[in-house]
Amino acid sequence: MRLKLHIWRQASGSKNGDFVEYNMPDVSEDMSFLEMLDVLNEKLISDGKDPVAFDHDCREGICGMCGMVINGRPHGPRVATTTCQLHMRSFKDGDEIWIEPWRAQSFPVLKDLVVDRTSFDRIIQAGGYISVRTGSAPEANNLLIPKPDADTAFDAAACIGCGACVAACPNASAMLFTSAKVSHLGHLPQGQAERSRRVRSMVARMDAEGFGGCTNHRECEAACPKQISIFHIARLNRDLIKAQLTTQEEKAVSEGAG
Amino acid sequence: MELNSNCPTGPIEKRWEKHRFDMKLVNPANKRKYNLIVVGSGLAGGAAAATLGELGYNVRCFCYQDSPRRAHSIAAQGGINAAKNYQNDGDSIYRLFYDTVKGGDFRARESNVYRLAELSVNIIDQCAAQGVPFAREYSGHLANRSFGGAQVSRTFYARGQTGQQLLLGAYQALEKQVNVGNVKMNSRSEMLELIVVNGRARGIVTRDMISGKIESHLADAVILATGGYGNVFYLSTNAKGCNVTAGWRAHRRGALFANPCYTQIHPTCIPVSGEYQSKLTLMSESLRNDGRVWVPKRKEDTGKSPQDIAEGDRDYYLERKYPSFGNLVPRDIASRNAKDVCDEGRGVGPGGLGVYLDFSDAIRRLGQPAIAERYGNLFDMYERITGENPYQLPMRIYPAIHYTMGGLWVDYNLMSNLPGLFVAGEANFSDHGANRLGASALMQGLADGYFIIPYTIGNYLAQTKLEAVSDSTAEAREALQAAEARVKTLLNINGKRSPDSFHKELGKLCWDKCGMARDAKGLEEAIRRIPEIREEFWKNLRVLGEGGSLNQTLEKAGRVADFLEFGELMCLDALKREESCGGHFRTEHQTEDGEAKRDDENFTYAAAWEWKGEGQAHALHKERLDFEYVKPTQRSYK
Repeated sequence: MRLKLHIWRQASGSKNGDFVEYNMPDVSEDMSFLEMLDVLNEKLISDGKDPVAFDHDCREGICGMCGMVINGRPHGPRVATTTCQLHMRSFKDGDEIWIEPWRAQSFPVLKDLVVDRTSFDRIIQAGGYISVRTGSAPEANNLLIPKPDADTAFDAAACIGCGACVAACPNASAMLFTSAKVSHLGHLPQGQAERSRRVRSMVARMDAEGFGGCTNHRECEAACPKQISIFHIARLNRDLIKAQLTTQEEKAVSEGAG
Repeated sequence: MELNSNCPTGPIEKRWEKHRFDMKLVNPANKRKYNLIVVGSGLAGGAAAATLGELGYNVRCFCYQDSPRRAHSIAAQGGINAAKNYQNDGDSIYRLFYDTVKGGDFRARESNVYRLAELSVNIIDQCAAQGVPFAREYSGHLANRSFGGAQVSRTFYARGQTGQQLLLGAYQALEKQVNVGNVKMNSRSEMLELIVVNGRARGIVTRDMISGKIESHLADAVILATGGYGNVFYLSTNAKGCNVTAGWRAHRRGALFANPCYTQIHPTCIPVSGEYQSKLTLMSESLRNDGRVWVPKRKEDTGKSPQDIAEGDRDYYLERKYPSFGNLVPRDIASRNAKDVCDEGRGVGPGGLGVYLDFSDAIRRLGQPAIAERYGNLFDMYERITGENPYQLPMRIYPAIHYTMGGLWVDYNLMSNLPGLFVAGEANFSDHGANRLGASALMQGLADGYFIIPYTIGNYLAQTKLEAVSDSTAEAREALQAAEARVKTLLNINGKRSPDSFHKELGKLCWDKCGMARDAKGLEEAIRRIPEIREEFWKNLRVLGEGGSLNQTLEKAGRVADFLEFGELMCLDALKREESCGGHFRTEHQTEDGEAKRDDENFTYAAAWEWKGEGQAHALHKERLDFEYVKPTQRSYK
């Protein structure tokens, strides 16, 4: 099939960007979206032009590294599908495709379609873990976890940290991402000791990183390639209110051994 | 060179305990005075960095992705083995040890494998405590399944995303240490050189992939946890960025590379659909529990729709040849048989490189909902990629490179022959011999990272007197300049071909000559051809742009350059190993009925190769393998 692409080109974060048009005369429907960009890049290299920079790694929809806004939708038209798993049979001959990076203040563009998502790492640093010193864990089956709780925790833990939720949200909120971790750990008995501190600290970090607030547009849920439910946002809000009412602000964070 | 494995002696079940007691300790107050570098943030690297940070060492961790959570461990699907014997079905540490040594076709070190089996139980405890959402029974207990042909149910899993969940556990522990300041994380950084001072590994040179800045980082010890080299074949199930550069650069600085010819091919991957194919996607091996593998009996039928081929015209070749294991034969056997039927011209799909994996009998027997419950996510993935509905048409599958058992040579302490250079996870060669069993990669990565290196590195530091080094130390300056010069050279060739075009050419050659089946003639041809491709690479490569900013073509070029050297060593190792074992199948060495034939008398050793300099032949060093507990036998799955 023949396609016309409009791709966001931006040399670096400090330069202005713009859409550039590329004609793709011969695209196979069996190609993945990223393979189509590979073909374009090989052509650009042979023409002596700078290839399009984009993030990708596993190309199996699990690492969370890829992501671009395709015709206005993060990861493109297919439900529950990352960009790398999107195939060209989702498009038809003669289509025009607009390709942009995630747009959010907290995800600054580094080049073309590549953005900096280290703000997500910093949200996890703020409390997205259960503290357990290596080697000090009790026998695993001493802790029984009802299957429904384990399943709900898993549903939340399936988040791949791609950032599509932020890109989809009109407020660029990171609530779905943050709540997925809060809810995953909060559903497990191991996660109770730090539950209050975790939610307060992660939400504070999320705000400090410049992500917007959640006003229930539900765009995040629709864009999420792992179909994480906004149920987890409700869960976060409940935990947050409870934590604010029942616990005091932490003064210091204790260190590990050493 | 004398290769000393430094394995403890005595009864095998006491060796690790004895060794741990014999090891020297670093005083808690002194730990923060030591600087450690961890390259790679997957299960092995992430677990090691988190644990070393927690112990109080000063750790810097590097990864090429934008976040440590993206390391390719994340893509592992099936599960992780542990000898918990929760199912009361006769499992034990000894049995897991036995199965792993046998599964590795008697080419692994017994002491290491026993330790791995022993630590497997601690891994599950650790990960469950971290909040890894393992599958559970309704009683709340951990669930298990049987995997990869094992006769006991010892595999723990988290749906089809076990690697992801284990990695996120390690990642979260790592980020906690970043938060308290014990670990400094450098993402989007690629290691380009190892710094060796007075024979000891003392640091690395990296390129910041955003700013392009090339810098040296000095330390008291370096841990490489940089994964496998499967991408030498271009098409593999590895992530696109996986590469051999860190290991190869260390090799060129003196670290021995062991058993590079041991590569594992996974039988159930989605076949190649065209020239543009960029990677291959694995479909969990569990599909073979209910799917039946077949091809048409006659070549003429390969073009027909599978529904139009009558039952009597189908060849269920695995069931025919291996009546007792049928479709569940081990990975290497399933893969080789698929290749054989395709070589006979009976393959299906584009290019004739595929076989059917058919669920119609299972759907008739159990109903579509039952099959959807078991494999729904895999069927969906297949449909997304191929556009075909596997509930109606049989899947097409073909083998693909998936894991590499070879790697940098290490002793029992996971230290290479270069003191101060430790190697963990898939990057080392230690535990899987010539073939890895399903659900054992995650186990090894985490055992190395959480439970082995944190002990053995202390032992090294406590008894080693290290001189002060800095960026201006001659060796550090030399390594930095070498990395800078190389980047400059890559940018200034100004030829015509892209790095990918060379990578594809190398990959195809390696797959044809050093893939599922190998022979001397083909390997000799590859060894002749690879230097020619390499020569053209350095004359005709085109990398546009500059080194001082994000330049993905430049990154690829550096990795392909190293694959072009590594590929030759892999073929050489395959040529010199005149036997078949595990994933290494030499067509000259097979039994009358086409099975792998080992030569224990001459090849019961690990082949550790030494770099002798540019244009010089590699030197081979042999580490003899002794089997005191598991006596070598011929594997049989008939």
